[in-house]
Amino acid sequence: MTDTTSFQPTHEDFARVKANLSIEQISRPSLSYWQDAWVRLKKNTRATISLYIVIALAAFTLLGPVFWQVDSSLQDLNQISQAPSLPKTAALVGAYKRWDGIILEDFPVEPEAYVESVTPVAELRAFEAATTQQVRLIWNPTVGAGGYNIYRNQRAPEDFNDLGLPLGSTYGGNEVSYEDRLSLESRDYYYSIVPTDGYDEYEVFTVTEITPRMIITVSDARDRNLISAGEEDNLGQEIRLEFHPFGTDYLGRDMLARLMEGARVSLFIGIVAPFIYVIFGIIYGGFAGYFGGRLDVLLMRFADFVVALPFLLFMILFKIAFGIGPGESGIFPMLVALILLLWPATARLVRGQVLQIREQGYIEAAKLLGAKPHYLILRHIIPNTMGVILVTLTFAVPAAIFTEAFLSFIGMGVAPPTPSWGSMCNEGVKTMLSHPHELIFPATFISVTVLAFNLLGDGLTEALDSRMRSRE
Amino acid sequence: MKFVLAVVLLLLIQAANAEVDATSVDFKSQTITIALTQEPPQLNGMKATDQVSITILGHVMEGLVRYDRRGNVVPGVAERWEIDDKSATFWLREDARWSDGSPVTAHDFVFAWQTGLAPTTASEYAFILYPVKNGEAINRGEMDPSQLGVFAEDDRTLRIEFARPTGYFVKLTAFISYFPVREKFFKLKGDRFAADATDLLYNGPFKLTEWTHSASLKMVKNDNYWDRDKVHLNVINADYITADTRARLNLFIDGKIVHTRLDGETYKDALTQRFRIRRFSTGSVFFLEYNHRPERVTRNRNLRKAIQLAFDPNEMVNKVLATPGNLPGASLFPIWLNGVEDKFRREYPAPVSDVDVKKANQYLETAKRELNLESIPPLVMLSSDSPTAAKQSEYMQGLLKAKLGLDIKIDIQTFKQRLAKMTSGDFDMVTAGWGPDFDDVMTFGDLFASWNLNNRGRYSNPAYDSQVRIAMGSSIPKIRMDAMGELQKIIHDDSVVLAQYEQGVIYLMHPKLKGVVRRVIGADPDYTYARVVK
Amino acid sequence: MLAYTLKRLLAGAITVWFIATATFIAMHQVPGDPLMNDKAVSAEIRKNLEQKYGLDKSATEQYFIFMGNMLRGDFGISFTQQNRRVNDIIRDHFPVSATLGLLAIFFAATGGVLWGALTAIYRNRMPDIIIMFLVILGISVPSFVFAALGQLLLVNINSMLGQSLIPVAGWGTFAHMLMPSLVLGLGTMAFLTRLMRSSMLEVVNEDYIKTARAKGLSPVRIFFRHQLRNAILPVITVLGPQIAAITTGGFVVELVFAIPGLGRYFVQAVQQLDYTVIMGTTVFYGAFLVFMVILVDIIYGFVDPRVRLE
Repeated sequence: MTDTTSFQPTHEDFARVKANLSIEQISRPSLSYWQDAWVRLKKNTRATISLYIVIALAAFTLLGPVFWQVDSSLQDLNQISQAPSLPKTAALVGAYKRWDGIILEDFPVEPEAYVESVTPVAELRAFEAATTQQVRLIWNPTVGAGGYNIYRNQRAPEDFNDLGLPLGSTYGGNEVSYEDRLSLESRDYYYSIVPTDGYDEYEVFTVTEITPRMIITVSDARDRNLISAGEEDNLGQEIRLEFHPFGTDYLGRDMLARLMEGARVSLFIGIVAPFIYVIFGIIYGGFAGYFGGRLDVLLMRFADFVVALPFLLFMILFKIAFGIGPGESGIFPMLVALILLLWPATARLVRGQVLQIREQGYIEAAKLLGAKPHYLILRHIIPNTMGVILVTLTFAVPAAIFTEAFLSFIGMGVAPPTPSWGSMCNEGVKTMLSHPHELIFPATFISVTVLAFNLLGDGLTEALDSRMRSRE
Repeated sequence: MKFVLAVVLLLLIQAANAEVDATSVDFKSQTITIALTQEPPQLNGMKATDQVSITILGHVMEGLVRYDRRGNVVPGVAERWEIDDKSATFWLREDARWSDGSPVTAHDFVFAWQTGLAPTTASEYAFILYPVKNGEAINRGEMDPSQLGVFAEDDRTLRIEFARPTGYFVKLTAFISYFPVREKFFKLKGDRFAADATDLLYNGPFKLTEWTHSASLKMVKNDNYWDRDKVHLNVINADYITADTRARLNLFIDGKIVHTRLDGETYKDALTQRFRIRRFSTGSVFFLEYNHRPERVTRNRNLRKAIQLAFDPNEMVNKVLATPGNLPGASLFPIWLNGVEDKFRREYPAPVSDVDVKKANQYLETAKRELNLESIPPLVMLSSDSPTAAKQSEYMQGLLKAKLGLDIKIDIQTFKQRLAKMTSGDFDMVTAGWGPDFDDVMTFGDLFASWNLNNRGRYSNPAYDSQVRIAMGSSIPKIRMDAMGELQKIIHDDSVVLAQYEQGVIYLMHPKLKGVVRRVIGADPDYTYARVVK
Repeated sequence: MLAYTLKRLLAGAITVWFIATATFIAMHQVPGDPLMNDKAVSAEIRKNLEQKYGLDKSATEQYFIFMGNMLRGDFGISFTQQNRRVNDIIRDHFPVSATLGLLAIFFAATGGVLWGALTAIYRNRMPDIIIMFLVILGISVPSFVFAALGQLLLVNINSMLGQSLIPVAGWGTFAHMLMPSLVLGLGTMAFLTRLMRSSMLEVVNEDYIKTARAKGLSPVRIFFRHQLRNAILPVITVLGPQIAAITTGGFVVELVFAIPGLGRYFVQAVQQLDYTVIMGTTVFYGAFLVFMVILVDIIYGFVDPRVRLE
């Protein structure tokens, strides 16, 4: 037991204790709503990855052309619709020289009398070394023929119905040569000759296999800076052709360069337009839904009116109103048209949500506490519609890209040679079986963009939703 | 994921063989099924202009004469005829009947031609009736239709007076604008004439029995047709209407239709299916038309010459169009046109100038000097909205930039806007084409005469006009062809247009269907003489 | 209720009138000449054509004539099919588009609601991930690619079976409608799935759900009675305009599957500058859309008692 009397309270004992601030110090910085959202977004792996994808896409669009300095409208007619491959080589040759072919003097043009059947032509062969510039065929005439049909296939024909492309005909039993220059590639071709009576075919044919050599003319090589001065006389020399890592399109244009340039159009249309019209739609729908009554009716009827306007007609009109002359890509009027014509859907959606939310208890509470309308709308109502809004936005991205593609489909999209992913898809779908790369590349880029925006949208929804926060 | 796998799998299976199912043809009932590229907009022969309507009409109607399998003129409603510089007389066969059983008379022709030319009918093809005396004046509203130079001497004799010697008149009468129309029936139907299957009388090998707009048409053998024994098919079903080539190819693979045209994108798929591919020249010529109006730089001949020498039609045909059948453009006159005795182009070979970029640039320099320009301003290339046209324009744009350093602005416009711009002269160059309306050089020859309304670039050259007049004023083949030969030279020397290619198409035809005829003029494909074999 | 409906219908009529006016003005502003064609015609013939279509009158006069005719329900004669009335075109082809569109909407709505609810329940688990992947595939591939692939699929199924089980193209039987309506509804289905999912996720944590759970209601009952009913609202909101868009916007699908619908006419009319068909289809489409919106709003009132129809 202590001596209680020994304790004498002094004046100091009643001095104010200094608040120990360090104890009350908040260990983590206070986070605003948006900061918190950011933190939570970063925690979401999928959202983070998609954020990086979006950044990568932006880099591809903006920085890509710096590293890949290929003109996207330059046509490489020696390499049309090439699949992605390593650089190719070609032999240097001189300019094309006309060939008159072979017409036999001592053989009748038309048979003297019609015969039931003839023998197949003999000695079908290449007149000279076959190149991708031309394949020259000659053969021996067959008695009774009044002409010949020439066919080409990419595999050995199985029967008479499988001869392949009908390249052409000669009209005369003595015309025993044919020159093929039709989109030749360096691959195996099977040429067949069918004798005719001048109109109809005899059901016999002769096949020969020819593999043209890849060539490039001196003038082409010079135009494309593939050879330096002085090399021009080295005919027959193998030179390296331009490298197209993603292949080429139907006019031999570099796919990679086109994808980069197309990204500018598609991402611009696909991101800017939805952002603007979704934001407009949110504000419009938010006010209509919140205030209700006459204003709502008026605003919504106007939205209905805009929805029902014929898109195509107004699209053409905007094009003209903005003075889009020939040759200009017309991206800007398209953007304006998209914004002016597509916002009502978002507005309707947001209004519907707002109608529902404004009846909720917390809104009533906030109102009673004296919250002003704009505070209520911006602070309570819109954040609570965020989920639906983000979904709309993520869907608006591909929708805008495809609207552009659809306009290209009916010939009213961006003016050539400006590419866009949508119009590239459009071209690609026509050849999806024979040249799949022309569809797969642009389609993949669109898919990746859409995927990224979707995951990002998901991440944002979760990050912004206060109710989900409370559950953690 | 499964979906993706399935798609990939199916793409692989696609490469495998597929047998043609036999549902598009039926041997027993001699029935075939076809697809149309569009709904026929107009089955009134006096007003139709498009290929689909012309093809249908070619099967259900018949003029005074018709073409046989080899493209020779053979008797149709007329049994025989006589023609000289001033007039022609046709004697109609007794057994020519309408589908209601009534006879086809000379009056039906008189009525059809008069009505076709009346300004109130507003027929676009009225000009094709101009060789008939007073035709042009009637069409201009200066004369009454009854003053037309065509007379029914009796029910079976038709006499025609000409406005000018027209040696090819007999061939003209195979065209839809010359088909007969029964006056009574026409007046009975009024506005509804030719609007539905029951609103038309038929005198051709077939008759239309069903017409569900935009969906299907059904043509059945016409038992009242005088030459019915030569018609083997009983029914032609046009069950599908779509302009999509891939969709039509799919229908063909599935054995639903007997014929489909292929394009540069679909022919490779047809090859993997091991189908027999056929080839045909449409007879149309495609070219780049220049604007010759005074305020345009393309009026400068040297500029046009520069473009001519830089352009290689072979490259365009072989690498850009890249389907067999197209021929490099060399002239405004396609190779199939007949001359005096042989083909026109054999008797009068088209002048050629090989590609010469150096010379082309010299011409360009001269042009700049003449125009007092440092450089040629960007040229506007008007183009239609079809994928092929856009592709060709892009090619030309790349070519002229690479070879001559010319900047081209492509102006893609929908059909009506393009026509409006062509007519008002709002272009420097325009990708255009011309298909023959009748079987004579003149169908191409007068195209750039200063008075021709289709000369939308307003080319005007007295030398050209005078050659056209010479050819129009004569019926002697040699004189006419010589004039056209001169014309061909003028077009080349003056580089009036830049001939790009003569169109050819590739197509698939069911192997069991024989005797289908492809035609440059009129119904194409023509199934009149076709038959299904076992 | 009745008063509200009547009021809405009146407002709808005014909206349609606005649409007609705006389209009329826009159409006449677009350069190009509806009477021009491949072959040039003489001035006299042109004059006659102008007379026939009333284009020789002033724009204001044309407007009043058109409005007068429209009130009588007559849209005039088509420019491209000169013996067909626009009314007949709509009468013949709208039912086709509507059938196709309704079937597509049926696929889209049932699929969307079902998948959306499923993904919300299995949030971040395997079914969710798989379905969302398919959804993204569904929206990132344009309809013309799906149409082409869908048709190819049919061709291959048929050739594998050696007989035409499902028609590749054309119109008539239910089998004809299956693939095109699926293709047409795919994009909307993907959209609705996403919408349903996020709206469902929001509903899941609402107090009334907790209450219901606390009351001991069975999960199935909670799902159908509370969650689904509340989450479906945004879906219904967008359904109205979507129905209209789908029933008239199937241009690509109609082209690829050779379907005689109104969508083709609508696009072609604009391309061909067919004045009467543009006006007819736009007004009809506008009226249809407005009507759908009204219908949806009324249904809305039924589904969500909190929304008062005033």
